Amino acid sequence: MKTFPMGGVHPSENKLSGAKPIEVLPLPDVVTIPLAQHIGAPAVAKVAKGDRVLTGQLLAEAASFMSANIHSPVSGTVTAVDLQPNGQGLRQMMITIKREGDEWAEGIDRSETLVRECTLSAQEIIARIKDAGIVGMGGATFPTHVKLSIPPGKKAECVIINGVECEPYLTSDHRTMLEHGEELVVGVTILMTAVGVSKAYIGIENNKPDAIAHLREIVRNYPGIEVVPLQVKYPQGGEKQLIAAVTGRQVPPPPALPIDVGAVVCNASTTYAVYRAVQKHMPLIERVVTVTGKALKNPRNLLTRMGTPITTLLEAAGGLPEGDCKVLNGGPMMGRAMVQLSSPVTKGCSGITVLSGRDALRRTASQCIKCAKCVSACPMGLEPYFLSKMTQKKNWDEIEARMVTSCIECGSCQATCPAYLPLLDWIRLGKQTVMGRIRARAAAAKK
Amino acid sequence: MQVLLYTILTLCVLGILAAVVLYFVAQKFRVEEDPRIDEVEKMLPGANCGGCGFAGCRGMADALVKRDDISELFCPVGGGDCMKAVAAYLGKAAAEKQPEVATVRCGGTCEKRPRTNDYNGVRSCAVASSLYVGETACAFGCLGFGDCVVACAFDAIHINPATGLPEVDPEKCTACGACVKACPRMIIELRKKWPKNRAVYVSCVSKDKGAVVMKACKAGCIGCGKCEKVCAFGAITVANNLAYIDPQKCKLCRKCVNECPTGTIRLVGMDPLPREPKAPAAPKAASAAAKEPVKEAPKAAPVAEKPTPAAKEPVKTAPKAAPAVKQEALKKEKAAEPKQTVAPVEKS
Repeated sequence: MKTFPMGGVHPSENKLSGAKPIEVLPLPDVVTIPLAQHIGAPAVAKVAKGDRVLTGQLLAEAASFMSANIHSPVSGTVTAVDLQPNGQGLRQMMITIKREGDEWAEGIDRSETLVRECTLSAQEIIARIKDAGIVGMGGATFPTHVKLSIPPGKKAECVIINGVECEPYLTSDHRTMLEHGEELVVGVTILMTAVGVSKAYIGIENNKPDAIAHLREIVRNYPGIEVVPLQVKYPQGGEKQLIAAVTGRQVPPPPALPIDVGAVVCNASTTYAVYRAVQKHMPLIERVVTVTGKALKNPRNLLTRMGTPITTLLEAAGGLPEGDCKVLNGGPMMGRAMVQLSSPVTKGCSGITVLSGRDALRRTASQCIKCAKCVSACPMGLEPYFLSKMTQKKNWDEIEARMVTSCIECGSCQATCPAYLPLLDWIRLGKQTVMGRIRARAAAAKK
Repeated sequence: MQVLLYTILTLCVLGILAAVVLYFVAQKFRVEEDPRIDEVEKMLPGANCGGCGFAGCRGMADALVKRDDISELFCPVGGGDCMKAVAAYLGKAAAEKQPEVATVRCGGTCEKRPRTNDYNGVRSCAVASSLYVGETACAFGCLGFGDCVVACAFDAIHINPATGLPEVDPEKCTACGACVKACPRMIIELRKKWPKNRAVYVSCVSKDKGAVVMKACKAGCIGCGKCEKVCAFGAITVANNLAYIDPQKCKLCRKCVNECPTGTIRLVGMDPLPREPKAPAAPKAASAAAKEPVKEAPKAAPVAEKPTPAAKEPVKTAPKAAPAVKQEALKKEKAAEPKQTVAPVEKS
């Protein structure tokens, strides 16, 4: 069975909601839509307070190439365009809409009928994806049209669909693959046309045998697409790890990108969204969110409109458990802890994980015993203890030379540390600082 | 016996030879260094704090000797006297700078700024601020993990456990600026140092709107602009919902202190002005009349009038609207506890 060659850990999977079908969450009364739901420049608001908007109408336009459109998830009246706290409590520009009914904008096909044929050219496909505001829905929120626009001089060789979902607890991609498999595979063919390749792989971890069997059955009718079962190992869902697992090629350190080894990677949910955008003119206004946690009464997968408050999702899963707990936007490995539960679901929110009791707390850190487990666990071949120590000493040159910018912040080092050292906390700070220094240098060089 | 003699002789000859060789080598490769650098280094305080912008006092001394124009160089630790002495020794014009002191501009004590969550990640302001808003709902206020305390080479700043905020010892503070650089929230400012450590400053840096500030903290600046109106010297400006007192223009008249509805303007080393019963008369006449005593005030300050307890009261009690909103916010967020972005996965 294939997997990536270096590092990795195997946290307990806890896929509590794996067998639960996707359910539709009732429409929220009020939605708040952040203008920055993607990597890159925040979108520019095209509506103002008091405007009436329809579901699927453009709310904010991409500010540059590296940006994405944002559409209204509900119909109603814009009540505010102002700074609101996001999940981390930090202020962000958001559009607040009070819902009235559910009127859709024209031209959106909401039927469930499968449309297989796609006669559009690559440019037209990418334009539609850009219009629909599609970004990577696995969590990184990289604008998909940017990924599909192959820079001149480079050539794509294959499309890799990321159905790995290596993050514990989360099951949204798993359920999408099971329930929308056929649409997803059509989405793969569209992506293949968009980047001009004839080969695609769908990478799925072996803990989802039903999804593997289901998609294998479907891809029989689609030449050039292959389902690749992968050994269960975190962080296989990382772009570079997945490329290594499927093709055996190693992406060189930054600034090299996956396209340098001829691969274009797209998440499974994103591929389904691509299908809907290209074949049905459906903008990215809803997504499947796994609401999960051992202490929740009813962990489930909910089809949620963007902008729905997290509290609504938690209530749908049976409410927050008694006592102190930690609510994560994402899974336990890479999720961000939230302080503001009234904050909205965004394009990159694949799950809400509630950790309670002992799971919610960190264990007391002791001294580093130089066991080097973090080094073996690092999927990028870095030295986490060293990077963390040098960050504490503010030795930025040293950590830059040791490739701190390659860190994918997967947390394998911290999860594996027997001394419970907060390695990633420091490394992330070091990475941010070094990135800032690199940007400053580039700006100075331009002048 | 002979062996011993030969050994000693050989070693002596070797020693003399080496000495001769070393003498010539030293002559040949001698580095000429201005002896004044050593002298100037001795005159500098020797704190090696980096407050001047050089790695240590030696670097500063080197620059002082080598540069013709030393008006841009200043040792915050030694201050004006030290610079004058150095300048006199070198025969150059010294930089004139008034003494400064680090000032912590956050009044969000444990009592006034309630906690909304628990953080159990790394106890570092830099890490916490890169992750999220902090243990309270204020996105601008002090995080309280003491990066400034670690940065201080003079033991001049400490976290007061009662308030959870750092406090500067003005006697020890040299205004080297290490804490200013260390604070990720940019709360600490170097302000003009008045005699007897007196100070008037806005102890808040929140640019949030008034309603948001009041929800998060009872001691925050709501940007109402009352202080700006009352200031006779044009020292106060309100921008982005935040008042700022220019230390160069401020004359320590203390008029603004009584005016602030949230008690955000802090007064140090002086008693507040007695509170006059509010006259419903025309505000213009009142402010014009107020100008006179204002100018007198600083001179009279040291012995100043003892405030009656009644006069002090209103300053301490913060806006009435705040507590209700705050409790609601507390209830809402009680459950959520950000500790880290990456949790070690349970091994059950």
